[in-house]
This record gives sequence, structure tokens and C-alpha cells, in this order.
Amino acid sequence: MSEALAERSNGEALLDVSGLVKHFAVGGGLFGAPAGVVRAVDGVDFTIRRGETLGLVGESGCGKTTTGRCVLQLERPTHGRIVFEGTDITGLSQQDLRKVRRRMQVIFQDPYSSLNPRMTVGEILAEPIKVHGIIADPAKRELRVSELLEQVGLLPQHARRYPHQLSGGQRQRVGIARALAMEPSLIVCDEPVSALDVSIQAQIINLLEDLQSRLGLTYLFIAHDLSVVRHISDRVAVMYLGKVVELADRNALYEDPLHPYTRALLSAVPIPDPKLEATRERMVLRGEVPSALSPPSGCVFHPRCPIAVDRCSAAIPPLREIRPSHWAACHLA
Amino acid sequence: MATLLEVRDLKTTFQTAAGVVRAVDGVSWDVEEGETVALVGESGCGKSVSALSIMRLVAPPAGRIEGGRILFKGRDLLALSEPEMNAIRGCEIAMVFQEPMTSLNPVLTIGRQLTEGLEIHLNMKPAQAQARAVELLGLVGIADPERRLAQYPHHFSGGMRQRMMIAMALACNPSLILADEPTTALDVTIQAQILELMQSLSKRLGVAMLIITHNLGVVARYADRVNVMYAGRIIERATAAELYANPRHPYTLGLLRSVPRLDEPRRARLDPIEGQPPDLSRLPAGCAFAPRCSFRVARCEAQAPALAQAGPGGHVAACWESARLVTKAAA
Repeated sequence: MSEALAERSNGEALLDVSGLVKHFAVGGGLFGAPAGVVRAVDGVDFTIRRGETLGLVGESGCGKTTTGRCVLQLERPTHGRIVFEGTDITGLSQQDLRKVRRRMQVIFQDPYSSLNPRMTVGEILAEPIKVHGIIADPAKRELRVSELLEQVGLLPQHARRYPHQLSGGQRQRVGIARALAMEPSLIVCDEPVSALDVSIQAQIINLLEDLQSRLGLTYLFIAHDLSVVRHISDRVAVMYLGKVVELADRNALYEDPLHPYTRALLSAVPIPDPKLEATRERMVLRGEVPSALSPPSGCVFHPRCPIAVDRCSAAIPPLREIRPSHWAACHLA
Repeated sequence: MATLLEVRDLKTTFQTAAGVVRAVDGVSWDVEEGETVALVGESGCGKSVSALSIMRLVAPPAGRIEGGRILFKGRDLLALSEPEMNAIRGCEIAMVFQEPMTSLNPVLTIGRQLTEGLEIHLNMKPAQAQARAVELLGLVGIADPERRLAQYPHHFSGGMRQRMMIAMALACNPSLILADEPTTALDVTIQAQILELMQSLSKRLGVAMLIITHNLGVVARYADRVNVMYAGRIIERATAAELYANPRHPYTLGLLRSVPRLDEPRRARLDPIEGQPPDLSRLPAGCAFAPRCSFRVARCEAQAPALAQAGPGGHVAACWESARLVTKAAA
């Protein structure tokens, strides 16, 4: 654990996900019968300590967003336990879930489609505070809205604007302020900067880091950009076809990746330096991600894996602790 | 090498409710034969409108090419009649778009979409076009091309659709391909496959490429020369090697510094470019980047700088304080 994290975290688990499975039935069969099952998340385990940022990376369709939605209980998992602040939230009633939801918030990728275009920024921020009965007095609520705006680097007068009057970066700041309004302990950030221009991404990442150290927040940071995930995460989980294939401290994962998929992902990231790029070895993976409707036998990565052996198509490799707190699901690691 | 495309003082505007937007505001750049040139910038900088202007696809009445010349093999595309332009568009100059699904016709087979252009542009007979389509799919690395030709775009994955777009672009042996964010919608491992494919095809077939992207990382490996755009203008141009090693415009420097990099030690904090991108209908009188610039001096707000020599190999930058960046960047 890094020093900065040790300061924020007391090592206590805020979120513990075990054996998480989410299958979606696909229609199109005879008489509306399901034609198949998409194994979006297929047995995922991880823990997030209080004050920590866990990065969840992978390509589209790997199940990272579904994992985040299951944590938030926006999707009810097919199997598995999600223990948040000591309570298993998978079996809770809608009413009990409402109380829990205050403590876990979400920031979406596209700030434009996640903000109501007919409400002013002030109304967007005041509504959850009112609905959840956090502050009953309208005048005090208005003060809280100003305070939230200031926390995310906006001005009090932005409260009177509508989302379309703001730039993309400013809208994402409103999305962050709305998450903070509930005073959560956990924020699921689902691709929070990928829709933003490069020059704005860094502003938002710095803001998320500042808020974390000021408010002691815990993040589940879901993204496909490996450079951004390395920057913001304390630990990183790499997903492929519904499974976590590698999980380790940030430095261990990036400096010494153990799973061939992680190595391929890292080598595919373009680096803005032509001299370095000219000499850099690139491991271009063959083929594409198979369908989660009919995942390959054995290790789901074996059809694309450059080092696969016979065993890989026969037996599923479990996620093993290969070095202290460095886990990988590979027979050959 | 001869110059294939010369864009001179191109101006494209859009009439909007908020006023006239100068999307492309007097830009000039070239593409040599067989060369890969990049046009880099953030949303709204005018990079895509530049490509659409070359293809004369700027939609009237709101959009209008106000002035300038676009010389392709010595002919001014802006002076051609519509039938003459049709013979060039999609044939000698082809285009690859970001979102392959929305640029392919969902109700036509892959085969038909490939053969249509061949029959129209090259007067091929159906059987001949079919044979060429099989060859083209093979060229872009799609296995089992005969079977694939009978399928529809929704049977293809994102990466395969983009391969298909490239096959369509190559159909008439173009001398220039305009690729607008060709890999932005793709996953990183597929992005690498597509970029490698485009580079090898460009070398093998001698096609020049214009890659339009917001990602400086993407073009580092593949572009010979890079043009950086901001608010409708080119603010810096250099060979790729020179630009990344020695950026001479504060915006380019800012872009390079603001992204976290896997090849460098992790920094405690990122260095963002402060402020917001400008409103194109209300651009400041001076340099459009001045409000966000940490090198700003009084002159920047009064007078927009023109491109001036900033380094070797045709390196130019539009910045009054360009000289100060050398010491700062080295420090």
C-alpha cells in the first residue's frame, strides 16, 4: 500500500464483492423463449478498502460496467454477495436499498445524457438533497448547493444555468457535485473522462483526486484507458469476458504484468513519442473478443493468447495469488 | 516526392442561431504522394470540417466554403463541376469515418456495398466486381471473404466493420485516403490492429493518408508530419519526430503534458490546460488560445500570431512567445 493510501485507509474493507455473476437472457428463441444467456459477469471477486481507488479496466463487453451496476444494485446479480459497509446488499428490499444508495453514488460517462435538460444546475443538485431528506430548509439547501459547486470548481452563479449552457467539462463537474450531494462513501466512476477532450480530462482527474483526499472518498474507477487508470488507481483489476484475469497493486500490475492479456493491452497503448514507438515491441493480438453468449472453453482468453498450450482450452485457470497480493488467472503465470 | 494535395487559405463557415461559426479559418497544408499526414486537435477545432471541405461535403445552406483553394494533383477541387467532383469523391480520394456502423448501409450486403462503387466508378461487370470485392476483403485481413460478402454489417464486429470501410476506401485504388478518427470507436487491441493494417496498406499500395484524430498518441507511430489545430486554425506543424521532441506552441506542449503516460513514472498530479475550449462564434481578437495560455503576454490578446518558422524540417508555430518554450520545455 502506498503512503498516501495508508493515510486515507485504515485497511478496513468498504466493499467486498464475492462470486458475482450476472447473466442476461437473450430473446429470439421459439415463442419468446430465451435463445441463450450472455455471461456478462461470470464469477468476479474483489475488495475495496476504505479510501482506496480500485481501477477496473478492460475492453468493451468485458463486463466492467455491468459489475459497477451490480455494485450499485442497478442490476440484481444472478449470484454472489456484495457486502457494503458490513451489510450484504444483494437481498435488501427497495426501501432498505434507498438508505444504502445514499452512501454509494455514481458518475457516468456522458454528463449530457445524465443531466435533466429542463432543470437548472441548482435544481439538479438540490433535488436529491430534498428527496432524501438531508436538508429540509430551502435556504440552507441553497447554501449547500453553492458549497457543492465551489467544491467541484464551479461558481455559485452556475446554479442558474441549464446543462446545455455548460461545456462538457463543466457538465461533468455538475455530475460529480450531484454525486457528492448525498455525502457518499463510495463513488462508482464509470468512464468519467472518456467523453471529454484531452485538455479537460486532466482537470477532472485532478478534481477527483483532490476530492478523495479532502473527503476520504472511495472510488471504483471503471475505464478502458490504461494510462488514466494507472494514474488514479491504488490497485487495478483487469477484466476479460466477464472474468477478472489479473488483480494487483498499481505498480506491480503495470511494471510486471503476469497475465498475457494484460501484457497485450499495455503494449497496444500508443505512446506520444515517435522515437520510443519506433523501437517499441508491439504485441498485436490476433482476432477479436469472442461473444459472451458462447465463451470459449477453458481459459476464455486462449483463442487469442500468444502463449496458449493444450491445457488452456481444457481447464479454467482460477485467479491465484502468484505473488503477495498479485493475483492472476493463467495456467502459465 | 510530388505534392498530391495543397490546401490554401481554406475558409469554411457555418451559419448558426448564435452567429457565424468560423469552423475552418484560413488554413493551408499539404500532403505529399504516399505520405501520412495527421490533423490533430480537440472537438470543434475544425479538423473534420477540413476533411469534409476537401470532399465538398459541407452541408448547405448552413455550411459554406467561403474561400481558398484545394489543389488535388494540380486541379482546384472547388472549381470542379458536381459530376467532375463525383468522379473524384470516393474514387481518387476516399474517406474512412469514425463510426463504421453508421456509415454502412444496414440493409445492403457487405458484397453489394463493395461492388456498387466498383460498378459505378470503374464500370466493372458484376462478376468482375465480385472478384475484386473478394480480393479487397482479403487485402484488409478478413478471413473467408466469399462467405463474408453475403453477410450484412450487423454480422460484423466493430473492428471488422472498420476493415470493411478500409476495403471500400481502397476499392478504386485511391491516391489519398481521408481517415476521420478511424480508431476512436474501437478497443485498444483492435485499434492497434487497424492502425498496423492502414500503415502496411499505405506502404504497399503507395496511398497517401490524412489521419484526423484527437489522440496525439495514435499519430506518433504512424504520421510523417503532424498539423495541430485549435479554434479553426493550424497553430503548429512539424515532422512527427520534431513535434513530440520539441513542441513550440503552448497548446501542443499542454496537450502533451496533460496526458498520463505509461512510459514515464507516475506523476503525483496531472498538468491540465486550464479553462475551457473557446466559443467559435465569439473568438477573441488576438490568439484564440490566449485565455488559457500560461505564456500569455499583452500582445497575444491584441494580435493573432501567424505561423512562423520554429525549428528544422519545416517546423512552424503560430505563437509570439514560441522562443520561450524552448528553454521552458528543456527545463
